[in-house]
Formats: sequence, structure tokens, C-alpha cells
Amino acid sequence: MNTKLLSVENVVKVFKVGGGLGLLGRKYVKAVNDVTFSIPNEPTIISLVGESGSGKSTLAKMILGLIRPTSGSIKFMGKDIYSMNKEEWKNFRRDVQAVFQDPYEVYNPFYRVDRVLRVAIRKFGIGKGSHDEEELIEEALKAVGLRPKDIIGRYPHQLSGGERQRIMLARIYLIKPKLIVADEPVSMIDASLRASILDLLQSFKEKLGTSCLFITHDLLMSYYMGGDVFVMCKGKIIEKGNAEDIMRKPLHPYTQLLVSSIPIPDPRRRWKEKLSLKVETLEERVFQENSCVFYNRCPYALEKCKKSMPPFINMGEGREVACFLYQ
Amino acid sequence: MTLLAVRDLRIYYKSILGDYKVVDGVSFKVDENEIFGIAGESGCGKSTLVEGILRLIRPPGYIKSGEIIFKGRNILQLDEESLRKIRWKEISYIPQGSMSSLNPVMRIEDQIIDAILTHTNISKKEAKEMVPELLKKVGLPPDCGNLYPCELSGGMKQRVIIAMAVALMPSLVIADEPTTALDLVIQKVILQSLINLNKEYKIAIVLVSHDMAVHAQTTNRMAIMYAGKIVEIGSTEEIFYDPLHPYTRGLVNAIPSLEKKKLKYIPGISPSPLNWPPGCRFHPRCPYAIEICRNEEPKLKEIEPGRFVACHQWGD
Repeated sequence: MNTKLLSVENVVKVFKVGGGLGLLGRKYVKAVNDVTFSIPNEPTIISLVGESGSGKSTLAKMILGLIRPTSGSIKFMGKDIYSMNKEEWKNFRRDVQAVFQDPYEVYNPFYRVDRVLRVAIRKFGIGKGSHDEEELIEEALKAVGLRPKDIIGRYPHQLSGGERQRIMLARIYLIKPKLIVADEPVSMIDASLRASILDLLQSFKEKLGTSCLFITHDLLMSYYMGGDVFVMCKGKIIEKGNAEDIMRKPLHPYTQLLVSSIPIPDPRRRWKEKLSLKVETLEERVFQENSCVFYNRCPYALEKCKKSMPPFINMGEGREVACFLYQ
Repeated sequence: MTLLAVRDLRIYYKSILGDYKVVDGVSFKVDENEIFGIAGESGCGKSTLVEGILRLIRPPGYIKSGEIIFKGRNILQLDEESLRKIRWKEISYIPQGSMSSLNPVMRIEDQIIDAILTHTNISKKEAKEMVPELLKKVGLPPDCGNLYPCELSGGMKQRVIIAMAVALMPSLVIADEPTTALDLVIQKVILQSLINLNKEYKIAIVLVSHDMAVHAQTTNRMAIMYAGKIVEIGSTEEIFYDPLHPYTRGLVNAIPSLEKKKLKYIPGISPSPLNWPPGCRFHPRCPYAIEICRNEEPKLKEIEPGRFVACHQWGD
């Protein structure tokens, strides 16, 4: 059987909220609620899209091995990442690399920026014997469109957010991982430079054969990245499909709401319809076990949506949607 | 009618390395009843500019020179007491990230009442009666005043802030990135409530945002800032359909949309306010730069009525 690069099976993460005084009673929030998907063992781009609080970053952290799921399993190349031995864990840490949202926080301000590249070279024994360190660093910086002489020896505060994010990509270029988990890599980058970062992630797929799990709140960014999109709402994936199809013809009412909220960058095509938003009460925002995750805000909610979470319905052409409207 | 006119405003920050010229000679006008947008990338000085309009610059920052004429009076020459009367009652300000500055242990209602009482002489009872109406204005349930901030979502908190900002019916609201930390769905709701306040209550709005799509949906006219200067002013439609400055063109090309699959980006990086490039500040990144761009700084010229551009290509 063909081993999947990554398989996420029935993963659940429960967080405790409130109840600090012991009087209010503990509440539990399922940040990630029974999520299952896989990434095939060939260069692929998959986007996880959802609003803040949908659980996408929690899922990313679990995949990176940073927080343990409450239940379910995450397998990388067929091995459960939470029961790896030391050697396997080291390989996993090399094969799966992260790009985070904030390119300001990932650097130690006391060290020069090229240290992140040097440490990676030494730690993972990259290019042993064949090249010297300087050559490797210069090559990696050039590969991400930076001029080595502008970067080497500088401190993080001397560089812009875009440059810092590119150095993280240069590090990935050096390490040549099998999977990049990119959690909102462009949301803090100026709009005029975002495309350059996304283009690099795409080029890694072509040149290095690296797959990318791209996490974003912005459907347009996932559309630009291409590949498959999984839409998440309150800890569950509710729609799957090709990036193009999801944007052109969103099926789930939640995805439709997301798509219709994207501001069109054209002053001649302004929003006409008034968006009325159902305000959820605090009680409603706390997880409800047995209803559809979008029930409270859904304009088409049916009686059965309250009683159970709809299963995935196959719509053909690789599209799946978890909504009773399509049953 | 001109409501606010800023003339050659310069706001610098002192440092041991010299002055950071964050806002360096900015002029523009805001008319009554309009939504005026200020766009530009991070670090271009847009937030400092709007803080300067309300004289909220703190040391080491200082206003070097310029004029800020609001309803015929120069804000820079007012004493503290007259300035206090203008703030909130005449011009209110929604700072970036202000929704996280609500007092967590005070009910929403009391915080709104506080804002009203600080700037007017009405009684507490009257102020309290205003609250439900204000909340309704921004699309919140009128009875949510007795909730605490932690019981509201980010979008609701931001609308509470907007309700406070319009409590005294100012003629101008300055909103600095009011939707930046919010989801797109909420962003749409917030922008629509701003548009609604402008249409129904004739409140002029200065909207600062790095997001061009936000401007496309919201503003009537807009200014593009780059490296501490305004490089172009025009109606929002002109900016999007007929951008004049090469930087504006780059910005417009970098906007993602459904129709544009391939995005362009502006090569290079924004310069530092400590050391702006000589000549035109955009010349190191400009594909059309010629000799004069490297030596001489272009002035913001009105090439058609209401249409300003600072570029040597658009000369006399």
C-alpha cells in the first residue's frame, strides 16, 4: 500500500476554559473535533482555511508535534509522531518544517540572522564535506531572492518582515524537508510582497518536491496557492475541494459566507446586500455536542441540523461537503 | 466644504542616530461628509500622521512643522483646554487595536457613559439613556450594554469602540485599521456600519488601512502614502482605474482577486525613515526611474482638479 506522507485520523483536541474559581464550573472547548485527512506522498499543496477560532492553528501545532492531541493519531510516513523513538523524531524534525505567522518573533534578537541557517546546517549535517557553510548559505539566500551581502551579519531588527520571512524560507531551502507547515505565513507581510512569498512556497513544490500544508484565514490566498482546500469551522472540516472550485462555487453555507465577505478590490463593484449577522450568545459559542457546527449562524438551518452533525457528502469531482442541504 | 486641511505636516522622532522623519511634508484635505482613505504599506507613516492630527504624538516624537486646520482653526496652535473640547466632540479617533483596550472589569455601558461624561456636561442619567440607541446605530443588540468585554466577540468589541467614537456626533471620525485583526465576515459588518454612519449621520471618516480592497469598498477619495509622503491623491475610482504614480500602480497590481490569478509584486523593500533615499523616495524600486528621480524630490502637484501626484513623469 502506498504510504501517505501525512495522515491525520480522528484527531480531537479539547481545551479547558474558565472555571478558574471553581465556582463557575469547568467548560470544555473542542478546538479540533474529529478531523481526518491525509496528504499523499507526492508534492502537494493543501490549504486549511477558516476564521479565527476554527482550530486551524491548533491542528498545525499538533501536526508539528508541539501539542499532543487529546485523541486520534497523526502519522508521518506511516509512523505515529507521538510514539517515535529518538532517531525517528530527529528525522521527523528535519522532514517537517514550519513557517510561522510572525517573522518578528521567531528570531532571537541577540543573534545575527544568518545564525538560523548555520544552526540548521550543523544540526542536520547538511551538505557534509561537499560544500563549505558559506557557500550553502549564499546559495540558499539567493534561491529566495535575497542578496547574501545584505543579509549576512545583520540583526533581525535591521530587516523588514518580508526579508525575515524569506530567510525562514532560505532555511527550508537548505533543509529540503518533505513537508512545510505554513501557518498564516503572509498575514503580517505587506500586500505588495505577499505574492513573492507564496511564489517561493510554490517553487519549493516544483524544485524540491516539498509538499505544503498552507494555513490561512484568507480564501484568496488559498486560491492563489492552488491545490486542494479544506474549509474548517469550529474545529471541523466542513468542505473539501479544489481551490478554484471552492472559490467559484462554494457549497457549504459557511464557505458561501466566507466567499461573499471577501472585499472586491474594485470601487465600481461595491457590496450591495447588507450583511446581517446573527449574534451568537456566549452560551451558543461554547461547543454544542450534537448539532452542526454552523447551526447557530446558518441561514438555511433545518431541524435536523440541530440534532446531528451532517456527514460528508460526496459531490463528485473530488468535492465533499458536510451539509444536509446536499443530501 | 473642506473640513480638515493638513499642510506640509512633518512629524519626526528623535533618536541618537538623528531624526526619524516618519511623516515628512504631508498635505491633504478632507471634505465634509466624505470617507477619505489613507493607504500605504507598514512603516510608511500613516498611523503617525493620524495621531499627529489629534496631537497625540508623545516624545521622542514631535511635530516639527506644518498646519492642521480643522473648521478654520489651527489645531497645532490650540491650548490644551480648547484641544480637549475638540477631541471626541468634534474629532474622534479609533486607534489601531483599540478593541483590546476596553476595561475588562467594567460593563460596556459604563465605559460608553464614561466617554460621554468626560467630554460633555450632560448628566449621568441622560448619558445612560443614550447607550441603547448608540449600540443600535452600530448594529449591536441595544441591551448588550450590561455585558462585560470578555462576553463579546472581537467584532462586537470593535463595534462598541465605534459606538463610543460616534457617541457625541463628531463631524470627523479617524479610524486607524479598524478591521485589521478581524475575520473577513466581521470586517464586512464593521465597514458597513462605518458606511452607514457616514450616510445617515453625515459623519466624515478618515479610514487608514493597508488593504486596498477595503478602500475599494468603502472610501470616496484616497491618498497613497509612501516613505513618509503622500505620492498620490484622487477619487477611489481614479486610484483603481487610472493610477498615476508607479507605486500606486504596483499596489493596485498586487491586489489579489478572483479574476487575477497571477499576482505581481513590487521588487525591493521600503526604505528606513532614518535615511530616506535622495530624490524621489521610490526611485530605487521604480521601473521608470530616470536621472532626475535620483536627485530631485518631486512635489505633490495638482494635475487635474482634485488629482494630485508626486512624480517627475507627471510634470508641468
